[in-house]
Amino acid sequence: MSRADTSKAVKADRADRAPSPWQFWFVTERKIRALRGYASSAFITSIANPVVYLLALGVGLGSLVPEGVQGVDYLMFVAPALLAMSAVFVANEESTYQILVGFRYRPIYIAMHQTPLRGVDIVVGHVTFVLLRMLATATIYFLVIIAFGGISQGSALWMVPIAAMTGMAIGSLIMAYAATITTDRGQLPMLYRLIFVPLFLFSGTFFPLEQLPIFLQPIGWISPLWHGAQWGRVVSYGHVEPGWLTAVHGVYLALLIVLGVTLAIRTFTKRLGR
Amino acid sequence: MTKPHPVITARELTKVYDETTAVDHISFEVAPGESFGLLGPNGAGKSTTMRMVGAVSGRTSGELDILGMDPNLEGPAIRAQLGVVPQQDNLDHELLVRDNLIVYGRYFGLPTAWLTERAEALLDFAELQDKADQKVDSLSGGMKRRLTIARSLINDPKILLLDEPTTGLDPQARHVLWDRLFRLKEQGTTLVLTTHYMDEAEQLCDRLVVIDEGRIMAEDSPSALIRQYSSKEVVELRFGSDRNEQMADSIREAAQSLEVLPDRLLAYTDDGEGLLHHLKGQGVEPVTSLVRRSSLEDVFLTLTGRSLIE
Repeated sequence: MSRADTSKAVKADRADRAPSPWQFWFVTERKIRALRGYASSAFITSIANPVVYLLALGVGLGSLVPEGVQGVDYLMFVAPALLAMSAVFVANEESTYQILVGFRYRPIYIAMHQTPLRGVDIVVGHVTFVLLRMLATATIYFLVIIAFGGISQGSALWMVPIAAMTGMAIGSLIMAYAATITTDRGQLPMLYRLIFVPLFLFSGTFFPLEQLPIFLQPIGWISPLWHGAQWGRVVSYGHVEPGWLTAVHGVYLALLIVLGVTLAIRTFTKRLGR
Repeated sequence: MTKPHPVITARELTKVYDETTAVDHISFEVAPGESFGLLGPNGAGKSTTMRMVGAVSGRTSGELDILGMDPNLEGPAIRAQLGVVPQQDNLDHELLVRDNLIVYGRYFGLPTAWLTERAEALLDFAELQDKADQKVDSLSGGMKRRLTIARSLINDPKILLLDEPTTGLDPQARHVLWDRLFRLKEQGTTLVLTTHYMDEAEQLCDRLVVIDEGRIMAEDSPSALIRQYSSKEVVELRFGSDRNEQMADSIREAAQSLEVLPDRLLAYTDDGEGLLHHLKGQGVEPVTSLVRRSSLEDVFLTLTGRSLIE
């Protein structure tokens, strides 16, 4: 056998032993099994949350704005943003301490990496689970919004995947960051206070971004939550904006997801293989 | 008879972290079914070597062949054939004891129905059947280690890697664990283990390398190492910490060799009682004296001039 044949044979042999592209699912499966421990509390929160927020903001605060916002009821205006936020909260919960703990205090990622699983499988498996949990939470939220009369057209159902995209954009970036933390010096609470909360307040969530002075408006433009909320308003009640802007919402969120997941894979792979 | 093809071959294996050389050009082979040990103090480079053999951590230079594959190219395929018991507990505390086995088996892509059966057999093996539906947190240190060993066997590995398997366990728990490992050895599982306990190495290893500062100092079976690097017996003499040094000269002539430790003198000889008798005849009266058989501890001391556990 010539040398070329040998190397071809070696390659074919290696291809046989290559890891399955679907093995990320085992990481997702593990999360689903672990969820059984807190499923009932997660379920109750995901119903209670929308009820409380819609009552307080949509009905309570909304009564102060009888003329509505952008030509619709305040409740209808605020609902797409709240829905997107619910997904962002799930992503935040799953992508901060959980990651730190998985590397350090209860190093399950080290355990996974002892098996055929790679950094990419762990990241993709985790993100897949978060996506499923966000879709479930957002669906429940959506049903509660319907109960409050917060939508006016069938296309509003698209709010659910839009919310999940918003959560993924933020969640994957936070995950990539959390994976770089080797010593806990309170970086995560800092991240929450300095980035998360301002984004949440200045993203056209509770009032249109245009109400802010022009120099504060860029906060909204870079905020995934603003893009998610605005896009949600377009599908929920036909909020009027230029078509290119709607396209920007989608492209921007998609790019952030690609960026976040790529960075997370890189960090996980590097840290696990040290 | 031809020698069987080794399951692990390391040549000039080296790992450098930033500026420090953790593993420095080490070479060794492990035959199938063999029980191979890496013995050395903390920080000698044992765990780093294990991480490279476990196809988790890449090497800086040298060659490494695990089951005919290169870990730099085929890490996942190699890991599919290994069982790993790490030094640091990495059990899944969010899952029940039984689910720890099943979920870990899923990482290998094994079918759940098969794993459910296999988990029962392994719970029996680890004597954890009555803890199966409890949380990992409720287990004692020894039980956790047994669960980790059971977990490492879920994929029926060709090689079992154990990093300090009994560190931090009480004597009774250690003996239970040794018994389990000995059974695996009898069944023909290839074991590779690191330890800084002499008795563990003597009980479990067919052959071992003594590692210090990332380098191999000696390699052989425990008994051959003792024969080569130590005498048959050792007399431990204590004169009180200020007099140990002072008494050394009068003993040195009578013994084959002598090690002066801060708290005691170790006199190497083939006839311990004879030496003690001889010393007494010369008027040397230690506070306490003890004659014992040479151990790997003495081998390490002879090789490096330092004791294993500091």
